[in-house]
Amino acid sequence: MSSTPIKKVTGKGVFVPGDDIDTDRIIPARFMKCITFDGLGEYLFHDVRKTESGEDKKHNLNDSRFAGASILVSGNNFGCGSSREHAPQSILRAGYDAVIAGSFAEIFFGNSTNLGVVCVIASDADREIIASAIETHPELEITIDVENHKISYGDQSVPCEIKPGARDSLLSGNYDPLDELLVGADEVSKTAGALPYMQA
Amino acid sequence: MSKSLFEKVWDAHAVRQLVNGQTQLLIGTHLIHEVTSPQAFGMLRDRDLKVQYPHRTFATVDHIVPTNESVEPYSDPLAQGMIEELRNNCADNNVTFFDTNTGKQGVVHIVGPEQGITQPGTTIACGDSHTATHGAFGAIAFGIGTSQVRDVLATQTIALNELKVRRINVNGTLPPGVYAKDVILHIIRLLGTQGGTGYAYEYAGTTFDKFTMEERMTVCNMSIEGGARVGYVNPDETTFEYLKGRPYSPKGAAWDAAVDQWKSFASDTNCTFDDVVDIDASHIQPTVTWGITPGQGVGIEESIPAISDAPTQSERDSVAEALEYMQFEGGSPIKGKKIDVAFIGSCTNGRLSDFQEVAKYVKGHKVAEGVQAIIVPGSQVVAKIAEDLGLDKIFIEAGFEWRAAGCSMCLAMNPDKLVGDQLCASSSNRNFKGRQGSPTGRTMLMSPIMVAAAAVTGQVSDARDVFGFASAEV
Ligand code: SF4
Repeated sequence: MSSTPIKKVTGKGVFVPGDDIDTDRIIPARFMKCITFDGLGEYLFHDVRKTESGEDKKHNLNDSRFAGASILVSGNNFGCGSSREHAPQSILRAGYDAVIAGSFAEIFFGNSTNLGVVCVIASDADREIIASAIETHPELEITIDVENHKISYGDQSVPCEIKPGARDSLLSGNYDPLDELLVGADEVSKTAGALPYMQA
Repeated sequence: MSKSLFEKVWDAHAVRQLVNGQTQLLIGTHLIHEVTSPQAFGMLRDRDLKVQYPHRTFATVDHIVPTNESVEPYSDPLAQGMIEELRNNCADNNVTFFDTNTGKQGVVHIVGPEQGITQPGTTIACGDSHTATHGAFGAIAFGIGTSQVRDVLATQTIALNELKVRRINVNGTLPPGVYAKDVILHIIRLLGTQGGTGYAYEYAGTTFDKFTMEERMTVCNMSIEGGARVGYVNPDETTFEYLKGRPYSPKGAAWDAAVDQWKSFASDTNCTFDDVVDIDASHIQPTVTWGITPGQGVGIEESIPAISDAPTQSERDSVAEALEYMQFEGGSPIKGKKIDVAFIGSCTNGRLSDFQEVAKYVKGHKVAEGVQAIIVPGSQVVAKIAEDLGLDKIFIEAGFEWRAAGCSMCLAMNPDKLVGDQLCASSSNRNFKGRQGSPTGRTMLMSPIMVAAAAVTGQVSDARDVFGFASAEV
C-alpha cells in the first residue's frame, strides 16, 4: 500500500519567526494526554497563539490574512526537542502540508517525512524574501517543487534543499516505510536468529 | 578493517537496504510508555497486524503518573485513560508491563538499565527522545516517533540512515563539585544544540573510564539536547559489573559468553572517526542554563551573556528572546537569581547515586523559605533502596517533599507543574519555554547538587560554597 507520490505542494504561507522552535512549542506536552492523534491540530502552537487566560495573542497564526495557509515558514533547527510524533501530527492535522525552515531537527524531520509532511531547507536570505512576500501578499500561492528543489511564488523562485532519501520517498510515494519493512520479515528473522539476546 | 562500536552494532543489526537507500535495521529491544504507544497500537489494529516479537518489547508508565497519589482511578481521568489503555494493549499483545503494582515501575530510561534489559551491543528504540540514555551500556539507542513505534511492533525493525560518529574525549579529573551533568551541559554549550545533527556521539577518555554507569547515563541521556540522536560509551568492566545479577541479565554460562561478545563490540583502538573533539575535564565548571535551550548555559562564576556579545544577528535574536522570556538582564551574574521551585529527579538525574550525593550534603540544611523543593525517584526500585537507606528522612527533615516514582516536573503531563512565571532550579534536561507546565514558567538546568544548593539558599548558588566542597576529597 504505497501512498500518493508528492511531487509538489502548493498553498498559502504563514511565517512563524524564530530559531529553535521546539516540539513543546509546536504542541505543549499538556495537550498530549490522548490515545489518538485526532483533534491535535487544534492545539498546534497553542502557547504561541494564546495568552494564559486563553485570549488570542497578536501573532501571524491568529491573523485572518493568513487563515487557510498550508505552508509554514520558520527559522533554524525547527522541531528540536522531543521525538514526539504529536508535533508533526498536529501540524498535519491543523492543515499544513509543508514546512520551509533553515534546518530541521533530525527526529522531527524523519517523523514528518513518514507522514508525508514535506520539510525543505531554504537559506536565511531566501526565507526572508519569502516571509516578506507573504507579508505583502498574504493571498500569494507558494509552490514547493520537490522534484526540482525550487520554491516559487508569483513569478519568482528560490532554491531549496531536501535530503535525497526523503525526496525519493516523497516522489515515489514510499514515505511510509511499513509495507516495505513487512516484506523483509524472513530476512529479519535471519538477522535476529544470529543474535543471542533476541532468542525467546 | 577497524570499526567503531556504532558500525559493529549497526552491521550486526542491518537487515537489508530499502529502495530509498535507507537501512532496514533490526531493533532488538523495544521500550514503550503510555504517551507515544497507544496511537501505534491503534495503527496496528487498523491494519490487522500483530506484535511480531512480543518478548522484545517492555512497557512502563511514567509521564502521566501522579507522584503524590497512588490509588486509582487518578483524579485526572485523561491520565487514568492512558494507563488503562497501556495495560490493555500490553495484555492483548503479551507485552511485559512494569505496572505500578510490580515494584518495578518508573521512568523508562531508568527501568531498562536497572532491570538488566539494556545490554551492550544491542539496538534499542523507544518512542522517547532520551532513549540515548541506554547508550551508556554500549547499546545503540534511538528515540523514535509513533509511526516508528508501530513499525517496531509490527516488524521489529525501522528504516534509518546510517549516522556519522563523533568521538568526544574528556580527559582528566573533574574538579570537586563538578558532576556528569556539568560535563554534558558543557559539551552542549560547546558544540551547540544542533552540533550533533547526523552524528552518533561516542563519549570516551579517562573521565568516562572512571565514571560509574549512572554518571555515564546522565551524559548519554542529554545527547539529543546536543542534536545527536545517539550517544554511547564503550562497554567495559564497569558495565559488566553493573549488569551482573540483574533480573534480565544472562545467567551462568550464558553470562560468560555474553561478556565475551559484549567486549567484542567496543570500538577498535585504531578506528577512525568522522570527527573528534577533546575536552579537558579540569576546565569544566558547575554549569547552569540561563536561557530557553540547553545550550544556553554558563559556568556558575560567569555572567549571563549580553545581547551584544552574540556574533550574528540570528544569535542576537536568540539571546534577546531568551533573556526576555527568562526575565534576566544580559551581563548580570547567574549567581543570585531567586528561585521559587527546586526539582531533583527525571531520567537525567533521578537515580540512586544522585540522591545519595544530595543527601550527603543537605543533611543539616533547610530549604529556604518560600521555595518548594521536591525530590522524585526515577523508579520504584530507586525509591525502595533510597528509603531503606533512610535518604527520604534526610530530605524530609531538610524540607524537601519526597515523592513516588515518575517523570514529575520534568514535563507537564502530571499534576507537578510550575505556576505562572515561577523560576525552577531543575536537574532535568529541558528548559524550553513552557516545558514545566506553565506557558510562562522558567527553568534553569543544573546538577542535583546545584539544585540542592539553590533550594537551601533560595537562589542560584555555587554548591561548592554552600556545602563546603573546597575541603572535600578530590
Ligand atoms: S523524565 Fe523527563 S525527559 Fe525523561 S522520559 Fe520523563 S519526561 Fe522524558
